[in-house]
Amino acid sequence: MTVEASTVVGTRADRLQRMRAGELGSVHSWELVTAVDGPGTRLTVFLSGCPLRCLYCHNPDTFEMRRGEPTDADELLGRMKRYRGIFRATGGGITLTGGEVLMQPAFAARLLRGAKEMGIHTALDTSGFLGAQCTDEMLADIDLVLLDVKSGDELTYRRVTGRSLQPTIDFGDRLAAAGVETWVRFVLVPGLTDNPVNVAAVADIVARWGNVTRVEVLPFHQMGADKWSSLGLDYELADVRPPSHDEVEAARVIFRSRGLTAY
Amino acid sequence: MTDTLVPQSVEAWEGFADGPWTTAIDVRDFIQRNYTPYTGDAAFLAGPTEKTLRVWDTLEKEYLSVERERRVYDVDTDTPADIDAFAPGFISADDDVVVGLQTDTPLKRAMMPNGGWRMVETAIKEAGKEVNEDVKRIFTQYRKTHNTAVFDIYTPRIRAARSAHVITGLPDAYGRGRIIGDYRRVALYGVDTLIEFKQRDKDAVADQPFSEHWARYREEHSDQIRALKQLKAMAASYGIDISGPATTAQEAVQWTYFGYLASVKSQDGAAMSIGRLSSFFDIYFERDLAAGRLTESGAQEIIDALVLKLRIVRFLRTIDYDQIFSGDPYWATWSDAGLGEDGRTLVTKTSFRLLQTLRNLGPAPEPNITIFWDPELPQGYKDFCAAISIETSAIQYESDRDIRRHWGDDAAIACCVSPMKVGKQMQFFGARMNAGKTLLYAINGGRDEMTGKQVVDGFAPIEGDGPLDFYEVWAKYEDMLDWVVGTYVEALNIIHYSHDKYAYESMEMALHDSEIIRTMGCGIAGLAIVADSLSAIKYATVTPVRDETGLVVDYITEGDFPKYGNDDDRADEIAATVVHTIMAKIKAIPMYRDAIPTQSVLTITSNVVYGRATGAFPSGHAAGTPFSPGANPENGADTHGMVASMLSVGKLDYQDALDGISLTNTITPQGLGRTKDEQVANLVGILDAGFVPDADC
Repeated sequence: MTVEASTVVGTRADRLQRMRAGELGSVHSWELVTAVDGPGTRLTVFLSGCPLRCLYCHNPDTFEMRRGEPTDADELLGRMKRYRGIFRATGGGITLTGGEVLMQPAFAARLLRGAKEMGIHTALDTSGFLGAQCTDEMLADIDLVLLDVKSGDELTYRRVTGRSLQPTIDFGDRLAAAGVETWVRFVLVPGLTDNPVNVAAVADIVARWGNVTRVEVLPFHQMGADKWSSLGLDYELADVRPPSHDEVEAARVIFRSRGLTAY
Repeated sequence: MTDTLVPQSVEAWEGFADGPWTTAIDVRDFIQRNYTPYTGDAAFLAGPTEKTLRVWDTLEKEYLSVERERRVYDVDTDTPADIDAFAPGFISADDDVVVGLQTDTPLKRAMMPNGGWRMVETAIKEAGKEVNEDVKRIFTQYRKTHNTAVFDIYTPRIRAARSAHVITGLPDAYGRGRIIGDYRRVALYGVDTLIEFKQRDKDAVADQPFSEHWARYREEHSDQIRALKQLKAMAASYGIDISGPATTAQEAVQWTYFGYLASVKSQDGAAMSIGRLSSFFDIYFERDLAAGRLTESGAQEIIDALVLKLRIVRFLRTIDYDQIFSGDPYWATWSDAGLGEDGRTLVTKTSFRLLQTLRNLGPAPEPNITIFWDPELPQGYKDFCAAISIETSAIQYESDRDIRRHWGDDAAIACCVSPMKVGKQMQFFGARMNAGKTLLYAINGGRDEMTGKQVVDGFAPIEGDGPLDFYEVWAKYEDMLDWVVGTYVEALNIIHYSHDKYAYESMEMALHDSEIIRTMGCGIAGLAIVADSLSAIKYATVTPVRDETGLVVDYITEGDFPKYGNDDDRADEIAATVVHTIMAKIKAIPMYRDAIPTQSVLTITSNVVYGRATGAFPSGHAAGTPFSPGANPENGADTHGMVASMLSVGKLDYQDALDGISLTNTITPQGLGRTKDEQVANLVGILDAGFVPDADC
């Protein structure tokens, strides 16, 4: 399918139609990063819009799709093409993140397909909450999933995200069945997610997925705090301190005790 | 040269392959015919010997720790420095692997007043010492200095530009540096042969109608020969005869170091780099190792001993100077690695030994180890570089491909980024002009935005309170650049004329060919601010804010605009155009001694000082705040990651900046990956990607 004029201006109906077709997406920003969102140096694209409202979110400016920049898929594919040499030299690729990428499944699918056609390694960073939106065709274009398992018990998950845990577990099961390499990420927030029972519950869920090659325990930080206030949003974690090195290590040990590689 | 002027030293050159180097001074030819590329990993390396640790410990406990407390350990206020002015000095009784100190005591600093007396006097007083009045009388009454000569010649407009900080950091009161003697020649040929060659070159120019050119040539050659004789005498004072070639690896290192030592005994240039030594030394190491005369541990001990000496070079500097350069650097840059013109890597085992010193002795800023990086370097070496970088943050990288293409495969870096062919080329160091402030002068018609003073006459300011028009501002910027560049290059011509006359680097030049290439190393500061400001004027709405006298002192910028450093061609092209435009203007001006003009974009440390003297910009840069270093994007303006900023910098045309472009980035090891292996792989990847931006497709 060819995209007509590259302009993103058009009638509202046009725009909606192009968004449905995946030709147009709402993008917060892009960045070339190393060793953060997958292997090597990566073009990380932040898509706008997220169904969750995680209390510790450090990108609250990606909550709403309407705040993003309407962006042509072709423009991003052109950028991927430009960076193929870098991906080759560094063993990198692209990572789609957000926001929640699966809020815009058609757009994401088009980007992933385009990347694979250019032989570029692809990664999807997701909460899994909208895992059902990921078609099997799309899954086939994903080399690595960065799956955020934000908590292990339903109550804490709901407290952290405002939504339920089960869709994430379902998506993880599906990834495991399909054998898609997955890195699990878990944010350790003192007083919120750091209860050893909760951590152990996450570890138990993850341990049954044979496709998980690493677990990253990410210490909570306050670097997103300013964004909340500048958006006029209420930030509940203003008084929460980052966990100590020892606390993070203790959480990692819980994962390792189940045979997982945890950093 | 076909005769055999070089005495065949059977013992010294035994086992070496013959070639043009045996009949003429040609160290590169010697290296190419004799070195052994090494493509393995770091497993063969040895740790520090007991002796190395003992000497390092003495140095730390008795000298370095004291210096850290006092700033200056000691100053000899009675003896003007020279190659052979001081009695031999040692760190300790164990200190015999490589010997030689600048003065008779480690870290004791010497006066070098040929550059200018005032700096010396200030520095002595700041060190808490008294000036010797006899010495002062000599250098203020009887012996003219470089500094006095420069100010005798300076024109009114140079003085105006200088005091308004449009041009800053000029080497008009201190040694210019940026000259690398080919210190290897001392080891390969011995001093007597070098004297013979210089004498012959000198007498090849005689019995001609008088010209100042050949008179200067002959006078300089006499100075060089005198320096070589002093070098021999200095070595002899340590009980070592260096009249003939070195016969062992230890001697090769020692002889070479004596050459460098003689230079730092007699010159306090802003950068005193040592050149490209590893593959040269390695030939001697390989020969001694093969003959069973040396072990790996012994080889490492020799390199450790040399590096230890290179860490304790000291010059008498003022506090002001330290502030401009953020510390007390002397840029003993040691260039290494890269590929040869025949495609073989120049990495040898000694390249590994050099990096190993950072483990054996711990990290240190000097010598400034500079790796000529190419993706084709052996994997084992690339991995070791990355590992040592991650452990010590003490390595800098340059693009080998760019340097090799322009300056050949025996080039070295002087200071931080300036490449030159060793022994065949020198630079007239030019500090830099403030390209940022020049833009503000363009807008204000030559009135200084900080003081309101009319510094430059004859330029109309931008009138009115409406938004700035890009094409009008650009035209005025070009006009103002003509004035600033012209003034700047005139100052440089005067400075180097005077430096040659009153503070000539006899020792370093004695280790150069008699006919050499000279470059005029012009530089600019504030590139990112200019690019972003012009981009703001072009793509957003910039309204000037005037004070009561009509001077534009600030700007209101509305709307988004592309910023340099994000791989956005719109802004990056402006940056490239600025660099190109300035270079074209520099090229149009005649240079002292027919120097080839070059340009650098490399403030690494002085960006704070430049920023302090400069007003607010359309980019949003606040008055008096530091510039970003070198070719870096404005602080905080690069929002698409470090690699994107590398790609932006890569769009500056190296042809326009042959003296080098710097991009300073800080990466923590943790930021490179979860495991050491991952960190190494990612750093290697970034370097490969960064130095071959056109690797795409």
